[in-house]
Amino acid sequence: MCRVYYTPLPRGGKVLTVDTMNANVKKVDYAVRGPIVQRAVQIEKELKEGVKKPFEEVIKANIGDAHAMGQRPITFFRQVMALCTYPQLLDDNKFPEDAKNRARRILQSCGGNSIGAYTTSQGIECVRHDVANYIQRRDGGIPSDPDNIYLTTGASDGIVTILKLLTAGEGRTRTGVMISIPQYPLYSASIAELGAVQVNYYLNEEKCWSLDISELQRSLQAAREHCNPRVLCIINPGNPTGQVQSRQCIEDVIQFAAKENLFLMADEVYQDNVYAEGCEFHSFKKVLFEMGPEYSSKVELVSFHSTSKCYMGECGFRGGYMEVINMDPEVKAQLTKLVSVRLCPPAPGQALMDLVVNSPKPGEPSYQTFMMERTAILSALAEKAKLTEEILNTVPGIRCNPVQGAMYSFPCITLPERAINEAKAKGQAPDMFYCMKLLEETGICLVPGSGFGQREGTYHFRMTILPPTDKLKILLNKLKEFHQKFTQQYS
Amino acid sequence: FKLFSGGLNYTILYILHVCSVISRFTPEILRKGIHGDTMTENGCEYRERVLTMDTMNPNVKRVEYAVRGPIVQRAVQIERELKMGIKKPFTEVIRANIGDCHAMGQKPITFFRQVLALCSYPDLLEDGKFPEDAKSRARRILQACGGGSLGAYSTSQGIEMIRQDIARYIERRDGGITCDPDNIYLSTGASDAIVTMLKLLVSGEGMSRTGVMISIPQYPLYSATLAELGAVQISYYLDEDNCWSLDISELRRALQEAKKHCSPRALCIINPGNPTGQVQSRQCIEGVIRFAAAEKLFLMADEVYQDNVYADGCKFHSFKKVLFEMGLEYSEKVELASFHSTSKCYMGECGFRGGYMEVVNLDPEVKVQLTKLVSVRLCPPVPGQALLDVVVNPPQPDEPSYDTFIKERTDTLATLAEKANMTQEILNQVPGIKCNPVQGAMYTFPRIHLPPKAILEAKKEQTPDMFYCMKLLEETGICLVPGSGFGQRDGTYHFRMTILPPKEKLKIVLAKIKEFHQHFMAQYS
Repeated sequence: MCRVYYTPLPRGGKVLTVDTMNANVKKVDYAVRGPIVQRAVQIEKELKEGVKKPFEEVIKANIGDAHAMGQRPITFFRQVMALCTYPQLLDDNKFPEDAKNRARRILQSCGGNSIGAYTTSQGIECVRHDVANYIQRRDGGIPSDPDNIYLTTGASDGIVTILKLLTAGEGRTRTGVMISIPQYPLYSASIAELGAVQVNYYLNEEKCWSLDISELQRSLQAAREHCNPRVLCIINPGNPTGQVQSRQCIEDVIQFAAKENLFLMADEVYQDNVYAEGCEFHSFKKVLFEMGPEYSSKVELVSFHSTSKCYMGECGFRGGYMEVINMDPEVKAQLTKLVSVRLCPPAPGQALMDLVVNSPKPGEPSYQTFMMERTAILSALAEKAKLTEEILNTVPGIRCNPVQGAMYSFPCITLPERAINEAKAKGQAPDMFYCMKLLEETGICLVPGSGFGQREGTYHFRMTILPPTDKLKILLNKLKEFHQKFTQQYS
Repeated sequence: FKLFSGGLNYTILYILHVCSVISRFTPEILRKGIHGDTMTENGCEYRERVLTMDTMNPNVKRVEYAVRGPIVQRAVQIERELKMGIKKPFTEVIRANIGDCHAMGQKPITFFRQVLALCSYPDLLEDGKFPEDAKSRARRILQACGGGSLGAYSTSQGIEMIRQDIARYIERRDGGITCDPDNIYLSTGASDAIVTMLKLLVSGEGMSRTGVMISIPQYPLYSATLAELGAVQISYYLDEDNCWSLDISELRRALQEAKKHCSPRALCIINPGNPTGQVQSRQCIEGVIRFAAAEKLFLMADEVYQDNVYADGCKFHSFKKVLFEMGLEYSEKVELASFHSTSKCYMGECGFRGGYMEVVNLDPEVKVQLTKLVSVRLCPPVPGQALLDVVVNPPQPDEPSYDTFIKERTDTLATLAEKANMTQEILNQVPGIKCNPVQGAMYTFPRIHLPPKAILEAKKEQTPDMFYCMKLLEETGICLVPGSGFGQRDGTYHFRMTILPPKEKLKIVLAKIKEFHQHFMAQYS
């Protein structure tokens, strides 16, 4: 009898192992789709297989994915997308004229009149023109040059590209990137991948997550001891914190950047998601130019926007753009060259972006429906923002700052000493321990605050406000119940 | 310190003091840079920018991508000039620089666009004008999307159902060899996945820095990415005299040479080839696999042109299939990543940025890292994922859309084959141009003989083939990419031209090139 042995390959037998791979990639973490989400997916599979659990479904409140949580797409946008995709529909009288016009216009600027053609690497020219016009209207007439607009594969793509350009030097001269704590972990992940230096500045939880210039100063001074801070990133409205910065604050940040020679990156993907009274979105570009030539001709700024958030929620299309202000012309040529290697951003995403900045106007057939849908979505979000803050603040041991904007709440949770110790013994961040238990007991998937950054000794979680209102209420009450139980269990 | 030794100590202290003062200012100088001064547009003051050529990422400066490089920028300028009414010896610019089928008039596959339209605007599922098979695919795709919408993020690896469909497609294509959907990663075009794998592979420093073997000529995504990642490019020459075939002895030579200064870890091969169009024989593929196994190289097989095979006697053999048919000694050992895309073949859907890779024998811990890495960018474009699903799941013989689908597919591929043949024939009639058979892909990469006088004149500022192509552009409006953008043996010159313009136009283009070349030769003899 002949036995065949299948010897497992020794680890040293492979070319690509954790020892030979890119060391920077190992340092990358992205909590929004990290271990807790992987466990949530596993649980979903178990539920499907009929495994009994104390709940029937997993609620994915970990990611800002509006459509996945039941939000409907804007009808007009999808009509135009369908027309662009299958132009035979231009003969179909079920589609309104305004949708058809936009589709024709977009197709005319596509190679061979097809959204299947590559576009120029910077993005379809007529779309960039429309984006520039939108920015101009939004910013009270301050000119925007279409040549300063780069369409991107979601805002993430643009952000990574700019960080890449900025990363240089070694040791003490290595590029330092200032980013808020808490932050959206694309930043920390990209900084790790590029081998740049992350320079943390803490947002002030006591003051509704506002930004203190003194804290920026402190952080910068400390960073200069060991790296070369070159760039300051700010997310406004904030993720995960939801704060909407005041105009004064934005001016202060611009003054600070000007004085300290910092390249400004303004992540403004939530610009339409502003809920709290007294809060208003002020674009960095607008404020910069209203501060006069001393600043507007000097400060280097890139602003980012996307089709994924606001009222559109079209995450899957990967549409986005960035506007570059005061970029060195030679560097701009390098930027254009760099993006050309990946050919172009997805054409459907570009088309969608065109519609976002060129939405139905009063007098057009689709206007009313469009406004109704848009208003309904934004007001539902505003309601849910408020509801979330209110309910969470009724829970002893949970303290939730007002959700001024964006799509998340980032409440502070008080954890009993025993729970903290048990977590640490397991090698887990205490808020991960908490969130894992929450997931296993209720099916609710949140992201622990440690995934975004927080002050030492504080714990948080990020929860989206996206589930439909009724489900959200249930969710919040389950959370309340869980927290009380958890606190009791570990006292 | 004591006064008696005060003199020396004082000097030391003074020096230390001066040093500390300098070191406090040095970061300032480093920060502001020496060359950062520029005038503002209104000329009112000097500013020192933060981000300048001196302070930016040096690797990015080394990146070149000829397919959209200087010659294309000039072509765009010329198009603008034409629009403004400037007189030229031609009425339009013909962009034969990039593999963009739709831009050159190729029509999309009707069925694909129907399904995508249904997915984009599901109200159309009620519309009687759409065939049932398109509707059922659209419903199936939407069911697999969050909230039944193309607008939701998908999992980072790509919609599970689509990965399963791709796995089945690969199994059918490869004669039943198992494909695990968990080894499939959807990507934003094949380029995205290629860059991701190269990124994972790059490590080490100096002599241990990752070296990546790539053909000369190559598609410059590879050279650009290696430059950006700071990896070492290891060039292996394809054999022009033998129809651009791959010699194992040449691989060996390149590898030996490379081992002296880096750590070769990966071998990239494009089959069917870009820009050369060669379709590697099965024998050759086996040879490459054996070589990779023996020399411990990670194999990257760029197979985006797998349906674009024209020449008699040529056939596409997937690396995966050959690997597994070579038995366990190889199929359990060789690490392989294969890439495919929606941009080429008969689909030509470049703008959708659809693509995937299959990883074989990837270390499980590395695979976890890969999954983590792609999660940071959330997911590839969902419309592209949906498109890929219909590509691997096209109409079947018993379905309503089958006949039209097959006709469109066949016509597109047959036309490409005709144009490949015609291109080769016409170019080979030109004295001074020698064109290898266009066995597959979408390009011709002919060798052009340039007179010494022209070479001399060019070298003042440009590579000789760039000089040639620029003149061609200015005089005829035809935009090609010089061979120097892809790599070629020293002292040889080429250009890459697509075979994509419609047949009648292609004939004209080829005739114009013939005329131009003869004129150029005469001018510079």
